[in-house]
Amino acid sequence: MSALFTSPLRIFWLALLACGMLAPLFLPTYYVSVATQILIFAVLAMSVDVLAGFAGRTPLCHGAIFGTSTYVVLYCAAHAGLPLPLAMLLGVLAATVLAAVFGLLAVRTSGVYFLLLTLALGLIVWGVCLRWTQVTGGENGLRGQLRAQVGLSSRELYAAVLFVVAIVTFAMWRFVRSPFGLTLRGVKDGESRMSSLGYNVPLHLIIAFTASGYFAGIAGALYAVFNDFVSPSTVQLSQSVSGLLMAIVGGIGTLFGAFVGAFLIIALEQAVSMFTERWLMVLGLTFIGIMIFAPEGVLGKARLIMAARKLQK
Amino acid sequence: MADPILSLTNVTVKFGALRAVDSVWMTLEPGERRAVLGPNGAGKTTLFNAITGAILPTTGKIFFDGVDMTNMPPEKRAYLGVARTFQITNLFGQMTVYENMKLAARGLSPSKFSLFGADTLTSEQEERVRSALAASRLNGRENAPVREMSYGEQRQLEVAMALVGTPRLLLLDEPAAGLSPAERGYLAEIIRGLPRDLTVVLIEHDMDLALALVDTVTVMQNGKVIVESDPAGIRTNPLVQEVYLGRPHKAVAADLEGGN
Repeated sequence: MSALFTSPLRIFWLALLACGMLAPLFLPTYYVSVATQILIFAVLAMSVDVLAGFAGRTPLCHGAIFGTSTYVVLYCAAHAGLPLPLAMLLGVLAATVLAAVFGLLAVRTSGVYFLLLTLALGLIVWGVCLRWTQVTGGENGLRGQLRAQVGLSSRELYAAVLFVVAIVTFAMWRFVRSPFGLTLRGVKDGESRMSSLGYNVPLHLIIAFTASGYFAGIAGALYAVFNDFVSPSTVQLSQSVSGLLMAIVGGIGTLFGAFVGAFLIIALEQAVSMFTERWLMVLGLTFIGIMIFAPEGVLGKARLIMAARKLQK
Repeated sequence: MADPILSLTNVTVKFGALRAVDSVWMTLEPGERRAVLGPNGAGKTTLFNAITGAILPTTGKIFFDGVDMTNMPPEKRAYLGVARTFQITNLFGQMTVYENMKLAARGLSPSKFSLFGADTLTSEQEERVRSALAASRLNGRENAPVREMSYGEQRQLEVAMALVGTPRLLLLDEPAAGLSPAERGYLAEIIRGLPRDLTVVLIEHDMDLALALVDTVTVMQNGKVIVESDPAGIRTNPLVQEVYLGRPHKAVAADLEGGN
């Protein structure tokens, strides 16, 4: 913690950040709901970044892991009649177990093969959600009144989500800066060296995958309460892709870049879709622009510029 | 004679039809310094990979201090006390020297599984890092980013990372490859300064450098061990001269006349 509060400048930025985070509480409901969505998807993007940015394994199944948690929470709370906290716990648990199984299957591959294998695993989840109609409701999905059940207004929900996301973000920040986080960076840099130093590389990757799925599951459980509805589109490939896009736009390997990425993509979607249905085209062009001018992502670029400035002084 | 620290019995590594390592027998006593020489493609690095577990032998057995480690993965061999450096520098280029050493120091300790703990070393690990850096003469360079170091320093770091786990067998794969003559001498001093109870196997192309460092020399060609002798014997051995310098003119001419 102490490293966070070293300079007055840092404290200023943190205060500004806190104000920014609290601002939606005083905005119209529509903006509150957009801000809630941004926070939830930032956690999804961070969970992708743990694998893609730190362990060097880019997953395309985190939307499915996220959505599995959403499904479980909605099913348990709205259809099986379980209390919401228990339902959310089960949702996160389901996501974690699913991630552990996916991890077992996927970690021995890397590069394109890892990408394709995780993509296939995600598609299986989507197929199951689409076809297992008795439980998942098929194409109609599952509906619930979870927010009403616990009696939260959208502002209160935002505050609750903000609180959870702050804790999760702190945990993930500790995670990537822990000895285990350094191990993951080592795996990314040189697997053969790691194993000759005594590291069981597949085991470490399975743990990383499981932890990352756990965090995606928390995001998915929050999403269930936020959205009160889940359908196969929540677990489909585009969900995994948008999580990855947010991580890349914000800056892969920066962790906090996920917030920037989630903000940019969701805000862009909301703003542009007011004027045209072709908002995906605008998103595509923006993405291309970022890849050409700041392939390290927005936060990654900002850090590079600051580092260069420091050198000049 | 003490029990051997490493023994290879009839080890063969095949890649398809190619016998990269062909029926090799080798025994190393604790503390021995051994060089493996031979032309390119002789199977030296493949032999190293079989000893460290990067590839598994097709047939034969490998024992380390009496333990059969023929089919163990590399990380288990590291736990037994086998460490190596790589022919092509294999460091964590995006990190500093100290971070590289941290990973090396934690490789054999359960603290590497700390998911949310602080990223600091224990005082015992810290001590090992310091002495390994001192042994490879890199003290004071802890905060240097690896990718900005000279090639010679990177080779030194290779050695330091292998030493930090206090191994009992150290395999050096061409530690001086690509270094200037001055840097080579420096690296030779580092190797000479290693603890005497550490068993060292060295692959090296520079014969003068290798012969000055070791007790025994194994010469390989086409996957086979062709000569095993002390350094003095190697210099005068006609087979070795033939491998390195080619056969004398007359002998080739005689062969041709004989219809071979």
